[in-house]
Amino acid sequence: MSVATETPVAGIADAHKAGDWLLIATAVLLCVWVLLPIYLLIVNALSSPDQVTAFPKRFFPSFDLGSLSFFINFAGVARALWNSVIVATLTMILAIGFGAPAGYALSRFDFPGKGTFRFLVLMTRAFPLPLLALPLAVMFIRTGLDDTAIGLALVHTTLALPFAVLITFSLFSCIPVELEEAAWTLGCTRWQAFRKVILPLALPGIAASAVFAFTISWNEVFAAAVLTIENRTLTAFLLQSLGESPLYLKFAGGAALVVPALIFIFAVRKYLFAMWGIANR
Amino acid sequence: MHGKALPYLLLMPATLFLCIFFLYPFALVAFEAVTRDGAFTFDNFRTMAGSWKFPVTVRNTLLLAAIVVPIQLTMALLMASVVSRLETGRSAALYVFAIPLGISDLAAGLIWLAIFDQSGFLNTLLSSLGVVDRPVMFLGYQSKLTIFIAVALAEIWRATAIMMVILVAGMGLIPKEYYEAAEVFGASPWQRFVRITLPLLRPSLQTAIILRVILAFEVFAVVAALGGTNLPVLMGETYNWQFTLQDRNVAAASALLILAISIGFTLFFLRVLRVPKEARI
Repeated sequence: MSVATETPVAGIADAHKAGDWLLIATAVLLCVWVLLPIYLLIVNALSSPDQVTAFPKRFFPSFDLGSLSFFINFAGVARALWNSVIVATLTMILAIGFGAPAGYALSRFDFPGKGTFRFLVLMTRAFPLPLLALPLAVMFIRTGLDDTAIGLALVHTTLALPFAVLITFSLFSCIPVELEEAAWTLGCTRWQAFRKVILPLALPGIAASAVFAFTISWNEVFAAAVLTIENRTLTAFLLQSLGESPLYLKFAGGAALVVPALIFIFAVRKYLFAMWGIANR
Repeated sequence: MHGKALPYLLLMPATLFLCIFFLYPFALVAFEAVTRDGAFTFDNFRTMAGSWKFPVTVRNTLLLAAIVVPIQLTMALLMASVVSRLETGRSAALYVFAIPLGISDLAAGLIWLAIFDQSGFLNTLLSSLGVVDRPVMFLGYQSKLTIFIAVALAEIWRATAIMMVILVAGMGLIPKEYYEAAEVFGASPWQRFVRITLPLLRPSLQTAIILRVILAFEVFAVVAALGGTNLPVLMGETYNWQFTLQDRNVAAASALLILAISIGFTLFFLRVLRVPKEARI
């Protein structure tokens, strides 16, 4: 009865309230969809090998470190982890080292050829880049870069460089050029103005794009599996032992890949939009 | 430093790098695909297409993309709409939705293996509900359909985030006034979405779809983790030609095919979702 006597305004408020609940329910449901599978992997990684292969499964971890210690002590894993860190660090340095100057140039200068360079960078996105590891494998054998961390890092840099360029471009574009000009009038050289005024402002963003470059390399599978034999990264190691390794090794390995990724994404969460939003322009 | 030369100096490292590690290997892969022992030939493509696996491989890859991408587009639009309307918990929801962005495709495959494996969580759930009396083998060589579903789910889970982030960034660019005006004229939320959000989001939709379709043709590690060789896809076959069958030239032909499909679809979506310059925000 009360519905009929309510004023239209109250009716709209009710509709808004129902809409709010629907919105929150959808948000929660989508969060569960993302988080639940990760949780289940972690449950497996924190259970003993027997529990992982047992049936039925428990939906809570027993906090047994058996699987993880088996994984860490498994022949080749520690080295693969170390290789992954080295390759990702090199990728990070190369991508920022080459990308940041280009991003700065794009944001501060107008010059002939700018459009061509942007096109080259954007074009890399239209290609399945890991495939380029195939011809590079031969080139690397000739130059002695085969099966080395730096060789793989160079390929991973082709994946990370376009992002580094576009992110740093958007970062520098957000810093008013007037700040730099003020420093010049006060007697700074172009380099001093950059180092003392612009760099401190851009540093958090540059760090975020460095973390992003690290993540790209950390996660890459195909090129890593093609280009490394002795010095396999963690992804290459896991891929090539999929056939013979027991379940608990796979799940512990999966968790070892996922947990750092969670931290990386958390660290760069503020900059995710600068990274991808730029794709619109 | 001369003002005119500076931007070119800053761009030089990135340009040189992309020429050596992007354009040059691209030329190499094309060259290797159409030669054998130094002589021009189409034999590599004939060998590739003559393999009994080839039709299945192409079909699997295209079918997977055709099913996964539309679902992801819908989910990404839903996630982006939810995020843009949430008042409290907005940044938390964004972070959670973005998590899969940092997760390797191999790790995603392993995560869904924990669910679909014979002793996995799905079987545990089904048997505790009494749906099945003993664990079902979802990922065996006889159950191609369930392998396909598992791979599709893992892909949807993993790669929706990338579209979501692009769309959220795009929605942020749409002026609020349009929505206010539509509300004044009595447009329902759905009408606002269809008449304002979708048309104005076209540049972001274009970017998101192109990126995602290219990634869909690169599907590799998810399939390797879940299906092994039971669900052959193009990228996996390329890897096989290179390693198991040790034939670089056919592998190059296969890589070129993936590149050609990717470029074809990129051009297609650039044309279909073209945004006239004067219609941009």
